Amino acid sequence: MTETKNNWLAACRVEDAAENGGVCVKNGEEQIALFYFTRRNEWYATQNECPHKKQMALSRGMIGTLTDEPKVACPFHKKNFSLKTGECLSGDECAIKTYPVKVENGTVYIAVNR
Amino acid sequence: MVGYKFCEKLTSKSNSFKLIVFGEESRRAYDRVHLSEYFNGKSAEDLSMSTSTWYEEQEIDLHLNNPVTGIDRMAKTVSTLSGEIFDYDFLVFATGSAAFVPNIKGIEKEGVFVYRTIDDLDLIADYSKNARKASVIGGGLLGLEAAKALIDLGIEETSIIEFAPRLMPRQIDLAGSEMLKSKLIDLGLQIHLNKNTSSIEGETYITGLKFSDDTEMAVDMLVISAGIKPRDELARQCGITVGPRGGIVVNTEMQTNDPCVFAIGECALFEEMIYGLIAPGYEMAEVLVSNLCAQRKSFKSFDMSTKLKLIGIDVASFGDPFIKEPDCRTIVFENKHKGIYKRINISNDGQYLLGGILIGDAAAYNMLLQTSVNRILLTENPEELILGNRGGQQAGASITNLPDEALICSCEGVTKGNICSAVMEQGCETLDSLKKCTKAGTGCGGCTPMVKDLMLDSLKAQGKYVRNVICEHFKYSRQELYDLIHIHQLKSYDEVLNKLGESDGCETCKPLVSSLLASIWNEMILKKGNDTAQDSNDRFLANIQKGGSYSVVPRVAGGEITPEKLIVIGEVAKKYNLYTKITGGQRIDMFGAHLNDLPVIWEELIAAGFESGHAYGKGLRTVKSCVGSTWCRFGLHDSVSFAIRIEERYRGIRAPHKFKSAVSGCIRECAEAQSKDFGIIATEKGWNLYVCGNGGSKPQHALLLASNVDSETCIKYIDRFLMFYIRTADPLTRTATWLNKMDGGIDYLRNVVVNDSLGMAEKWEAEIETLVDTYKCEWKEAVENPAIRKRFSHFVNAPEDKDPTIEFVEMRGQKRTPEWKTV
Repeated sequence: MTETKNNWLAACRVEDAAENGGVCVKNGEEQIALFYFTRRNEWYATQNECPHKKQMALSRGMIGTLTDEPKVACPFHKKNFSLKTGECLSGDECAIKTYPVKVENGTVYIAVNR
Repeated sequence: MVGYKFCEKLTSKSNSFKLIVFGEESRRAYDRVHLSEYFNGKSAEDLSMSTSTWYEEQEIDLHLNNPVTGIDRMAKTVSTLSGEIFDYDFLVFATGSAAFVPNIKGIEKEGVFVYRTIDDLDLIADYSKNARKASVIGGGLLGLEAAKALIDLGIEETSIIEFAPRLMPRQIDLAGSEMLKSKLIDLGLQIHLNKNTSSIEGETYITGLKFSDDTEMAVDMLVISAGIKPRDELARQCGITVGPRGGIVVNTEMQTNDPCVFAIGECALFEEMIYGLIAPGYEMAEVLVSNLCAQRKSFKSFDMSTKLKLIGIDVASFGDPFIKEPDCRTIVFENKHKGIYKRINISNDGQYLLGGILIGDAAAYNMLLQTSVNRILLTENPEELILGNRGGQQAGASITNLPDEALICSCEGVTKGNICSAVMEQGCETLDSLKKCTKAGTGCGGCTPMVKDLMLDSLKAQGKYVRNVICEHFKYSRQELYDLIHIHQLKSYDEVLNKLGESDGCETCKPLVSSLLASIWNEMILKKGNDTAQDSNDRFLANIQKGGSYSVVPRVAGGEITPEKLIVIGEVAKKYNLYTKITGGQRIDMFGAHLNDLPVIWEELIAAGFESGHAYGKGLRTVKSCVGSTWCRFGLHDSVSFAIRIEERYRGIRAPHKFKSAVSGCIRECAEAQSKDFGIIATEKGWNLYVCGNGGSKPQHALLLASNVDSETCIKYIDRFLMFYIRTADPLTRTATWLNKMDGGIDYLRNVVVNDSLGMAEKWEAEIETLVDTYKCEWKEAVENPAIRKRFSHFVNAPEDKDPTIEFVEMRGQKRTPEWKTV
């Protein structure tokens, strides 16, 4: 296996992100859901595809908390995923991929391994 | 299924066994009970009992497409089709059964099928494309399932041929069969009883059937479902004892005459009986697992009670359905008008329920089964068991009367005691956690309502006030929150959460609060900060569809539309490559729009005089109308004009759930107003107003609220009715359910709305007036506001690019979405 290294993708400006919600970021063929949890002043990024029915939809889902665990609910069938770990919080769907996020000088960066 | 259940039970109980599973089919074990759903849109994967990685996770060696072909009991090895040889310590037959194919002349012809596996179903589906007339031989449970499958496949004429004088001869009596037969005929099936097929006609492929009474029938295809035969050929081959008519003989521990060889499920013959149901199969798996793990357990002859839904018709039989006078007394209820037949057999002393049959309405099945299995003493009016309580004492049919050992979920063997202790001792206070903890309701699902009732009962018994709070973020009911938002003048989700809630919200409270804010203040729902608190359909003012595209539904008030506007819809749909369909609410739905295209599509529609149809919101959908007195020779009033007036009055108002309406111009009721949340029907003297009807999964007729009222009074009553509903209904509760839960029912509602018993009428009318006055088309505001409009792009960093993963396929000259892309 080749070693993967984080590359920081400049995703968007802070003001372009949706407050307390998600937007979708294009990274070549890949789609990443970027969430700005304004209430908690936290940023998260996950894969955009919901593993349940393989829909590119998570960025359009509602975010919130489950006993303080930040999560997103897929708009299709309301499957919940932890924004921190990607783990599925409802049922047995497999976990989703998460990505590190950082904000510098008003630009939001997502760590993509490529 | 039974083989899979065995693996599941064994791996959860012990890890000292190495399991190797051989299967003849190419698929992992799947749900054969719900096989016909394969034609209803379920995929083979949906029917699968396990996820694709399950066997691996359990470290089970799974060999598909590789059946065992030989067994050497001396050497304790099996050899398989691929030529490999495997050792065993214990060998379990869970080979199930195959379709029994009678020896009819011509049975080998093309177009003759059996109904047993997904592969069979694929073959049937394939052949059915060129078939117009089909027959099923066998009027038993599986035969009826097969007939349903043929209807689902679009076969024009389907008939059932049964040798016996009645349908489902093992489960129901002649009177029950007659009732079932008339219901099946209503559904378009032909039923031939007492018919013995003597030959299958045709050259290479089937063209018809000949019967022993010298009659003939032309058919293009035939499905044989004349019973099952246990798959015992391997056992037979290696010298294991089988019954004279097939089936591997087992003792109470599922053991064959070889102490290291066992059989479970439909291939096993226990006390000269093959158990062709899922529950006894699972019980056999349980017994064998216990014995392998050195816990003694024995199989007892199993209750063959069964309840199923055949082509939408309830059929159930329990206990001893056929016992007759003088060995018992029977009580029969028959309602040919509604197609209901119920029979119960009670002991001669009137104390016990022995068995019975239910056709057309099996709601009482679980209770009756429990009453009979647990020998619960009947009251002096046992007829109430099937007629319902008509005042006075209940006939002993309450879950509180059940003993703890009463088996509630027979698929998973869960008793009332198990369920109640899971609630009381392990703190399972939701149906989901209860299912996870006890597995009750995870098999056929038939016991779910009873499980839920037991849970609520146990919670109440503990003195737990089952309080109707919204979610972990708001410790209020919807009604309380409505008043609090009003009192505190809160205008955004964050304000409400900061003032009245805790933590950071979720997908339950966000849309609920957003709906309340819209009902109270009627401000643009996508105002900054409130957009992400909307349900995702509201957030994009469109309904998300399979694949991630959206649908567009402009308002067509009352279903009236000019030719010019029709042309605009056609042109817009063509330009943006949209699939068009007329909706049930008399308007036109355009599907398959990319998120990015929504603003431009709406810009064009708005320019042509259209406005949002709010098909995405919990609010007024449509007011359907018949053409009324302007054209119809029967019409009493102008129903179209009144429908348009009503639709324009209440458009855009947000409510706990969607609501629909209709106006009919006369008693012929062509607009189907009595199936709506509120419906209006013209009379000689004015309008009759009906409320709280709905279609959907549990249809309910609307009830008459006021009769012969003039238009102004009618609107006044609707104002009050709607405001009362918006203020007091639980979240996501339609008006019908709201009324069902209301103490005093329609009489109370009438008192509030018509007689103003709460003294709220004036206030409510004024509130509605404010909502009407502040109405604006959301889509117009959205396309004109650059900040909102910017949100309608798929990629934040490539606003011009559409989602490249959205794809469509062609069907009947339009596009459609491909099937779900599940693994």
